[in-house]
Amino acid sequence: MPEGPAPAPVSQRLRVRYAKRGRLRFTSHRDISRAVERAVRRAGIPVAFSAGFTPHPKISYSGAAATGVASEAEYLEIGLTEPRDPARVRADLDAALPPGLDILDVVPVATAPGEARAARPSAFADRLEASEWRIRLDGVSPGDAAAAVAAFMAAEEIEVERLTKKGRRTFDVRAAVSTIEPDRRAAEAADAPCAILRMVVRHSTPAVRPDDILTGLRQVADLAPPSPPLVTRLAQGPLDAATGGLADPLDPDRETGPPHGEDAATGVGREPALPGDATSADAVSA
Amino acid sequence: MPVESIFPRLEPLLPRVQKPIQYVGGELNSQIKDWDEADVRWALMYPDAYEVGLPNQGVQILYEILNERDGVLAERTYSVWPDMEAVMREHGIPQFTVDAHRPVGAFDVFGVSFSTELGYTNLLTALDLAGIPLEAADRTGEHPIVLAGGHAAFNPEPIADFIDAAVLGDGEEIALAITEVIREWKAEGRPDGRDGLLMRLAASGGVYVPRFYDVSYLPDGRIQRVAPNRPGVPWRVEKHTVMDLDQWPYPKKPLVPLAETVHERFSVEIFRGCTRGCRFCQAGMITRPVRERSITTIGAMVDQGLKESGFQEVGLLSLSSADHSEIAEVAKGLGDRYEGTNTSLSLPSTRVDAFNITLANEFSRGGRRSGLTFAPEGGSERMRKVINKMVTEDDLIRTVTTAYENGWRQVKLYFMCGLPTEEDADVLAIADMARRVIRAGREATGRKDIRCTVSIGGFVPKPHTPFQWAAQCDHETVDRRLRALKDALRGDKEYGRAIGLRYHDGRPSIIEGLLSRGDRRVGKVIRAVWEDGGRFDGWSEHFSYERWTDCAAKALAGEPVDLGWYTVRERDEVEVLPWDHLDAGLDREWLWQDWQEAVDGTEVEDCRWTPCYDCGVCPTMGTEIQIGPTGKRLLPLSVV
Repeated sequence: MPEGPAPAPVSQRLRVRYAKRGRLRFTSHRDISRAVERAVRRAGIPVAFSAGFTPHPKISYSGAAATGVASEAEYLEIGLTEPRDPARVRADLDAALPPGLDILDVVPVATAPGEARAARPSAFADRLEASEWRIRLDGVSPGDAAAAVAAFMAAEEIEVERLTKKGRRTFDVRAAVSTIEPDRRAAEAADAPCAILRMVVRHSTPAVRPDDILTGLRQVADLAPPSPPLVTRLAQGPLDAATGGLADPLDPDRETGPPHGEDAATGVGREPALPGDATSADAVSA
Repeated sequence: MPVESIFPRLEPLLPRVQKPIQYVGGELNSQIKDWDEADVRWALMYPDAYEVGLPNQGVQILYEILNERDGVLAERTYSVWPDMEAVMREHGIPQFTVDAHRPVGAFDVFGVSFSTELGYTNLLTALDLAGIPLEAADRTGEHPIVLAGGHAAFNPEPIADFIDAAVLGDGEEIALAITEVIREWKAEGRPDGRDGLLMRLAASGGVYVPRFYDVSYLPDGRIQRVAPNRPGVPWRVEKHTVMDLDQWPYPKKPLVPLAETVHERFSVEIFRGCTRGCRFCQAGMITRPVRERSITTIGAMVDQGLKESGFQEVGLLSLSSADHSEIAEVAKGLGDRYEGTNTSLSLPSTRVDAFNITLANEFSRGGRRSGLTFAPEGGSERMRKVINKMVTEDDLIRTVTTAYENGWRQVKLYFMCGLPTEEDADVLAIADMARRVIRAGREATGRKDIRCTVSIGGFVPKPHTPFQWAAQCDHETVDRRLRALKDALRGDKEYGRAIGLRYHDGRPSIIEGLLSRGDRRVGKVIRAVWEDGGRFDGWSEHFSYERWTDCAAKALAGEPVDLGWYTVRERDEVEVLPWDHLDAGLDREWLWQDWQEAVDGTEVEDCRWTPCYDCGVCPTMGTEIQIGPTGKRLLPLSVV
């Protein structure tokens, strides 16, 4: 197997916050990843590729929202072979993506010189402690919703059952909920009779999803929406214990600022020597 | 009349179905035109699931060509999965387009592209969901003209009751011509209604309108005659041939879906037609003559298509891509242009010769390496002579040896089972060939991890080929031969583990055979199967052989014909075939002679490089072979 030249190394990492809105909420995680890869190529953004038999663009995702769930706060990280102005990447990538997949924020990853590359993505995932959700329930009266929320908050523990990848599991949904309240003002402003709930839910294992909360509401208060709920993730980030709200997970990168150009170049030079980053088994065996 | 989007009604139901994104539309390069500003409106359908239909070149080309015209609007629709069909029936949602979610029943033309006959039941689902009567005879002025195209339309007789018209051959020019006929007819106030429009289309000679032809039968079930039943309708309907592919460089702006599809790449047709003369190959017979796209147009299309789509892969399509007169220059030019850009180039449908390895090496310079597939089609030398696949076993061994020497560890080999005159030994010869391939690979490389995958398809005799008269092999025989082959490979201690075998049982091929060579009486079978729940017959998890045989037995009970009559029966020279009035340009006597030579194992050369063999296409259709070389080169482009 002929070996090509080693792929160009990563010289800049960008963290990207994006939204999936409207009918684009029906995209799956894999759909989004293909759409982003193609948009990156159309926009001429110099994405880095992995080595090996089938090189892949270096784009990684953190905890994507489920198919059918809209979001204002999804995150991905992209490795570039040449540094680019984050504001320009934001505009170019947004223009290349279909309306409904919208780029909201692009921040260079703050890297301490010598920080191990492999540690970074999980470090960022650790910042995503909780999500804020909005659930719109068409055909549910705000009064019924408020009563259900009160019953939910009053409960010590609410066990729900769901089929997970590891089979049928029963888990408590109450403990994961930091706050939950009806949003009457938003419900009144809506185009059709509905109730709107807002909640902050901690990320846990197994994940407590908005539909698990709805299962819980049905169990404690018989709340049974007549049509599928419209779920939107509004935010993800570190949970502020005092306020119960979420901080912006990109703030630590903004505070530290991007690494100095020289530092970045130094870090890059070391990369091929890092364990686990050698060329793939295919290329090695050839 | 305002036509509203059904999306507001659909959207709340989408969480209930699998892969909802396929019904949402919004593909890159899709377009929505103003309904009221269009005089002629087309709904284009590929009658399979979105994931299969979206990449279809024919639909994408027509979609773009029609939408480029002022006053013309084209949207797309695909088959909905059974879960969605149930939801749509429950809520009264009609078959809709994915572009503007307009009801298909509101369009002027409902054009359906049939690559395979197994989409016929899906046509009925779409018609029914659209609120269009299944039988053309029951439709009125408010319904679209249901128009069939694609390769299966070269014998549309099994669906003659369900379509209003069919078009044979290349669609680019005839789609625009039909558009003009409809525009004029509407502008004149729709004289004589639906019949008046169909009459104008039929009289043009380029559109087949089944209802204007009567079919009579002999007492034994054979066709006596197919004849026009009114004046002004031609006796024969001819296929359409686009002569200059450089004038039709489509798709220019390929559709890029959000949903995952079967081909995630930008495809460029590098030529149409094939004169290799493989006797089983309907595509090669009905798309003659060969018409190449020039190297410069190919280069420009690849450049623009990649920029417009962001795809990472380019497929250079044709029936035998390595046969392009400048393929080496195309490969070198594209290899130079995309080296190091992680753009992969692939060449499906390659012939068995070592030159292909040179091409494949050029194509892997972009950073990715695609697989290598060769199609000897027949396992024994004798079999390959019968089908006119002029490849010797030594050719194949030389080719795969070069491939293994160049770093490939695995090749795929494609064969057919159930070919005319085939015997058990011909199929078992596939095992011998696969063993030789592995042995050659091991010797060439000194490695043990050499593999080859053998894929086997069931042969189905097709209209407009020399095998149109042949008896189809019964599925019991096909299955028995495939089992014997499997046992031979499984029992092989030395090579068996290095050889993968893929095949399906022979029963679906029998139904494909019924639909391929069927006549108008088969329509009753299709309708019965559909009413019994038949959907997505090209998908093994949905296909039911028992349903087809039961429905065929019932629907044909009063006829002197049955499933076996249509499939495993050999036809003689004088029998009127259901498609004899549809003209692919091929001379019937030439086809018959080629069929006789097939049985004798006489081969025929390719007319691109040897004298004409009188297949009849060029003189009948006023066409000629269009091949290079042009002597031009691809200019390097600056690549971002």
